[in-house]
Amino acid sequence: MRKNTIIPIFIACLLFIGTLFSFMNKYANEITPFKADADNAGLKLPDGFGANKIADNLGRARHIITTKDGSIYIKLMRLVNGKGILFLQDNDKDGKYETQLAFGDYLGTGITIKKGYLYASSDKEIFRYKLDDAEKVIDPLKPEKIITGLIAGKQHQTKSIVLDNDDNVYVNIGSPSNSCQEMDRGLESKGRAGCPILDSAGGIWQFKADKLNQTYVDGVKYATGLRNVMGLDWNTQNNTLYVMQHGRDNLSSSWPKLYTDKQSAELPAEVMYMLKKGDNAGWPYTYYDPFLNKKILAPEYGGDGKKEGSKEFIDPIVAFPAHMAPNGLLFYTGNMFPERYKNGAFVAFHGSWNRAPEKQAGYFVVFVPFKDGKPAGKWEVFADGFSGVNEVIVPKEAQHRPCGLAQGSDGSLFVTDDVKGAVYRIGYTKK
Amino acid sequence: MKKIICAAILMIGFILNSTAQTTKKTVAKAPVSPSIVNGKLVYTKYCMVCHQIDGGGVMGLNPPLSKTEYVLGDQKRLINIVLKGFNTEIEIDGDTYANPMPGLGHLTDQQVADVLSFVRNSFGNKASVITPAQVKVVRASK
Repeated sequence: MRKNTIIPIFIACLLFIGTLFSFMNKYANEITPFKADADNAGLKLPDGFGANKIADNLGRARHIITTKDGSIYIKLMRLVNGKGILFLQDNDKDGKYETQLAFGDYLGTGITIKKGYLYASSDKEIFRYKLDDAEKVIDPLKPEKIITGLIAGKQHQTKSIVLDNDDNVYVNIGSPSNSCQEMDRGLESKGRAGCPILDSAGGIWQFKADKLNQTYVDGVKYATGLRNVMGLDWNTQNNTLYVMQHGRDNLSSSWPKLYTDKQSAELPAEVMYMLKKGDNAGWPYTYYDPFLNKKILAPEYGGDGKKEGSKEFIDPIVAFPAHMAPNGLLFYTGNMFPERYKNGAFVAFHGSWNRAPEKQAGYFVVFVPFKDGKPAGKWEVFADGFSGVNEVIVPKEAQHRPCGLAQGSDGSLFVTDDVKGAVYRIGYTKK
Repeated sequence: MKKIICAAILMIGFILNSTAQTTKKTVAKAPVSPSIVNGKLVYTKYCMVCHQIDGGGVMGLNPPLSKTEYVLGDQKRLINIVLKGFNTEIEIDGDTYANPMPGLGHLTDQQVADVLSFVRNSFGNKASVITPAQVKVVRASK
């Protein structure tokens, strides 16, 4: 009799514990439900959106990628305790993420996940790490080096990376120069004939994702004439690469007879390109003037501020104000935000420095509505207030500067800051 | 006798007072040395866009000019940075700066002296002025 009751109770207990565990486990494998901070982490957002500062003081946090269970990887531009990649999770589901693992003894900017691998860049190499089913790195100490020997100058040296759906990795190789002058940024210094920099930099290179130790000879110069690209993304709607270029500086300090300081602060546009294989975007021979809506011949190559650049170069698809430094680009494919955001582009503008003595610009995240891979409306400021000040006169006044963007599995948007290392999560809360 | 003493005291007082006034004048006059005033104009035209209005520079790119050994230390090296440019990655307070600076050899000795005197006495710096003669010597010694 007694034996007969114990067994069912025992089974019931087992079932209960089992259910509890599976429930906890299920919960643990999902991204923390979004909840905004009371002050929206200090950000100004469109109606219905909120923000939560999920981490802070991580270091120089550059690009970021999320896993399907809501964990995040962040690449650091400066090593913290000798490590350059952080893995963060929110195990207690309180909305604040904690660093679980730091690995990778190299600094850099690029990081992404594709088909079971984490890809990360130093300024000269690209590595990849095999992931387990939960998208955790299996062996943090033994990455595969897939690309090596890339040019890294003293400017524009960072390597941003993105993959397509056909096992190709795209890497920006920034030009170690402002405008390919004989004396970089020098007074009235002419452009170098045929700009030899373009042989090995100033463009996007395509490599195989699964081949080890590739160098320039293994890669394809996919697109050229791009001064420096930091934000880039593969648009899965039309299977096309989109990039944000950092436009040239110093028009007035190099060419004071042709440009005023005010013109130099407002020229050229920061532009978005849709790139097809073989495209040439025109750097250093042209720049884009957002007031004339034209490609203008660069003064280093005979321009006077008015002469048009060659038609052989492609036109941008979006022109933004000058010098705002687009460091991150992301096409939104999530379901959390209202319908108009679907397939549109978010751009993280790090903020300008080359507008002095004018006040600086940027330091925000913008949104560009898209339809079928083409802009379908004017760009708009989406998230502002990162700097913590009303106007930025000198860049170091900004307390935070947006850099990397990632989309969470629930459709929330993650934004990194590379001044102090804050990570923001932006969600839509209106029912 | 009393009169003499009185006169002597008055005179000493007068001398002391005028000395004090001179000292005061010198102190008040120092920041408006013409070299430093002209140096600000050169700075605004050629340096400010990168090194910024406050001399604070730009993170990761253009180094700050406040209280660094590059500005306050070896004067020959400092003059050469302006004349020949600078293309070396340097570290200041744990941050690295690597954006290349073009040479400004087209500036006159007087302009180089002025801008360096301005920088060495701005942004929290307090150091001796640089003279055109010093610039001339460095320029000639290439």
